[in-house]
Amino acid sequence: MPVVGKSMPRKDALDKLRGLSRYIDDYNFSDILHVTTVRSPHAYGRLNGVDKSAAEKMAGVVGVITADQVPGKNSVPLVFDDEPFLAQGYVRFHGEPVALVVAESYEVAQAAAALVKLDIEPLKPVLGIRESIEESAPKIYGNDNVFSRYNVEKGNAEEAMKSAAHVFEQEYETPYQEHAYLETNGVIAVPGNEGTMTVYGTMQCPFYVHDAVAQALGRERNQVKIVQTTTGGGFGGKEDFPSLVAGHAAIVAQLFNRPAKLIYKREEDIIASSKRHPGLIKMKIGTDDKGKITAALIDYYVDGGAYATLTPIVLWRGTVHALGPYECDHVHIKSWGVATNKVPCGAYRGFGSPQVIFAGESMMDEIATELNIDPVEIRRINCYKVGSSTATSQIIDQSCGLMETLEKASEKADWAEKWQRPEQRSGVMRKGVGVSTVYYGVGLGAGGKHLDRVGTSMTIMKDGSVHCAIGNVEMGQGARTVLAQIAADALGAPYELVNVVEADTSLVPDSGPTVASRTTFMSGNSLMLAAEQLRPRLLQVAADLLGAPVIDEVELVDGKAFLKSQPEGKQIGFRELAEKLYAYRLMPSAFGWFIAPDSSYDKETGQGNAYFVYSYCTNIAEVEVDMETGEYRVTRITSAHDMGKAINPQQVEGQIEGGTLQGMGYATMEEIRHDADGRMLNNAFATYILPTTEDTPELDPIIVEHAYDRGPYGAKGFGEVPLMGVAPAIANAIYNATGVRIRRLPIKPEKILGLDK
Amino acid sequence: MKIKLTVNGKKYQRDASETKNLLHFLREDLGLTGTKEGCGAGECGACTVIMNGKTVNSCLILAVEADGCEIQTIEGEAKDGKLTVLQQAFHKNHAVQCGFCTPGMIMSARVLLEATSKPTVEQIKEAIEGNFCRCTGYQQIIEAVQDASGQLKKKEGLKRA
Repeated sequence: MPVVGKSMPRKDALDKLRGLSRYIDDYNFSDILHVTTVRSPHAYGRLNGVDKSAAEKMAGVVGVITADQVPGKNSVPLVFDDEPFLAQGYVRFHGEPVALVVAESYEVAQAAAALVKLDIEPLKPVLGIRESIEESAPKIYGNDNVFSRYNVEKGNAEEAMKSAAHVFEQEYETPYQEHAYLETNGVIAVPGNEGTMTVYGTMQCPFYVHDAVAQALGRERNQVKIVQTTTGGGFGGKEDFPSLVAGHAAIVAQLFNRPAKLIYKREEDIIASSKRHPGLIKMKIGTDDKGKITAALIDYYVDGGAYATLTPIVLWRGTVHALGPYECDHVHIKSWGVATNKVPCGAYRGFGSPQVIFAGESMMDEIATELNIDPVEIRRINCYKVGSSTATSQIIDQSCGLMETLEKASEKADWAEKWQRPEQRSGVMRKGVGVSTVYYGVGLGAGGKHLDRVGTSMTIMKDGSVHCAIGNVEMGQGARTVLAQIAADALGAPYELVNVVEADTSLVPDSGPTVASRTTFMSGNSLMLAAEQLRPRLLQVAADLLGAPVIDEVELVDGKAFLKSQPEGKQIGFRELAEKLYAYRLMPSAFGWFIAPDSSYDKETGQGNAYFVYSYCTNIAEVEVDMETGEYRVTRITSAHDMGKAINPQQVEGQIEGGTLQGMGYATMEEIRHDADGRMLNNAFATYILPTTEDTPELDPIIVEHAYDRGPYGAKGFGEVPLMGVAPAIANAIYNATGVRIRRLPIKPEKILGLDK
Repeated sequence: MKIKLTVNGKKYQRDASETKNLLHFLREDLGLTGTKEGCGAGECGACTVIMNGKTVNSCLILAVEADGCEIQTIEGEAKDGKLTVLQQAFHKNHAVQCGFCTPGMIMSARVLLEATSKPTVEQIKEAIEGNFCRCTGYQQIIEAVQDASGQLKKKEGLKRA
């Protein structure tokens, strides 16, 4: 493999380094309209009316748009389709879009927005999980405030718990997390001939946006085209939300038949866009005397916010992963996604997993402490190996490098040397180490299998350059580079000649979302299917030019064709092959359509092969705590990851390091606060605190490769995993240093001092 | 108000509104869109440019305050289309992911390297402390700056710092 497995330079880096890459706000169209959004100042209330008159009189204002003017259906299509593009009848969270102000300049639109008068009769909001599930709670969704619930039952956990030698029971809570991609949401909608609409924008899921714009406008899918522009980060935050933003701009563009630009300011991006769900996890774990888990009862709640959006599937992933990567014959997991009058929560790197991982990995540490077992050792006793059965009774049949990640990380971090019980530590400044082990189902799994297919269109151009259109996006994670490496080797083309272009819904059919760490695996396989069709045609040309009777006698690798019997002999270059391909009138294009390997799930029992394959990791965090002030530093995080195959090791390291720091932010500083009326208080970077270089610990990534036989060159997918288990590793390290157990994130000095329970 | 300023070595004379910040002036009036707006409040550093040799958040400076000043933006980093050593080091060390922080990051690193030819890791961290990056965890960026100053030992350096 000439380029797979090598740290090839990024395809998009040169333009980005010169400031030439065009993000959505860098585009302009003549005659463009500017749009700003009027938002609800209340968490919950009856919307009696919108007085537009003063705003509409302002010079430069073109119009003010409300729900009654949505040309198509006023609902964002996703799972339950319960979120409106513009509020109608009620407002259900602080920051919900109520009206769009359209003007000749952004400044005028913004000034006019302040003149739009909302007649809202405030109602008492429901603001938290515990409050929402109270029987006496006001009902803001259905008759029980529950969007969705799941049940996973293996064996008989209630019975097995009775005979467990030791029983551990605890509650854990996790906060919101804001994605804080550096580029805010934004789109430009451009109307065309015959009722067509093109929307350009920053996004992860162009096909979701495609659905949303078609629905908002009441148009056919073949009248709507979505073009993804260079995207400044996503992390899950641009999965569902761009559908709403694109809908807004497209509605304006259609109503006024002019291009419409809608770029979010940071404050409105934080107040209105999706977040990681706050979680509440109640765990009861039974073990034998040696620390082997014998029974597990887990109740998992997430705060879905005002609309269901992605909650049902976020919750499903978290539910099936709730026990962690540990063997156990008797498991009962129940889960609820509940409604509150706060911003709708959605996808965020890990997708419902980091919450349960914080609980489960903290619990493992508590069990180890109580039974006087080394926390690494208790994982050796319980962790998945090939042949293990998951909580959904799926047998892990291959590609399970978890134990190797545990051994490599603990060795590299010098665990055996550094770990000692907290009572053995003394002094004002105390060091501690903590570990977490994580598994993650790659792709959409049984919960989303109907969406788990991707298309690829691959064309060899006449000059030998190769154009690949795919159904997944580049959002910074490096997809265009990794996929070009896979395509180049699969085709036998030189890497330099292969280009994977940014997503455009008119180039490939609906390929599902760019989420769930699925892109390398799904689009990689799809590209290989396309390359498989083109390669024999190139070999046929080469065989002819080299005088070989059959194509089996010809090799094509790294852009050079030669006779297998004479590897040092005559070579035909890729450009010549391409030219001749056209002269021979062979079809230079191929289409790949890859369907994910099968998965299954029984709705009643929650049993089945939830995901086709899993990725694994071990994190070891080291901290230093000042016992007098509770201040602490995370000094080092060692993370070993099994992603099957590192197609580009340097990019894999970049993913590990970046994800780890996001996980550290989640663990140590990031949280969204609301006042007693449900208004978000810290929707700015001055008050929502992110890790900077000064917080960054030493990051030590380790690559472990247990190939998956269905993966492109053995690759699975792992982009989300680096974030997922960092919080409990740090919390466990804090415990190891101080003897203080943190069961509610983020870990603040006042919690370490016991001043904030 | 009429202002005169030099941007990337080129002299400009423009009418600037008193309320327009330097970031929007550069992007909208001069068409230099390489400088990005991440927060508009001086917190994220995506809009960092060099003004009279010092880094500033261009969202916090009014265009009229830049009257008579010398400004450098990302578009002025590469010379005659050729990447500088700093840009090459970012490329080689995978210090770019989504790229939105990159222009500001390069500007901060540029000012550091002008003042300190062999910065320590601590100096590098301090120099880019005001530039958020949500993708990389900063490590490959720090390595790139070390590399640009001829200090990166292969896969060592920062990781053992």
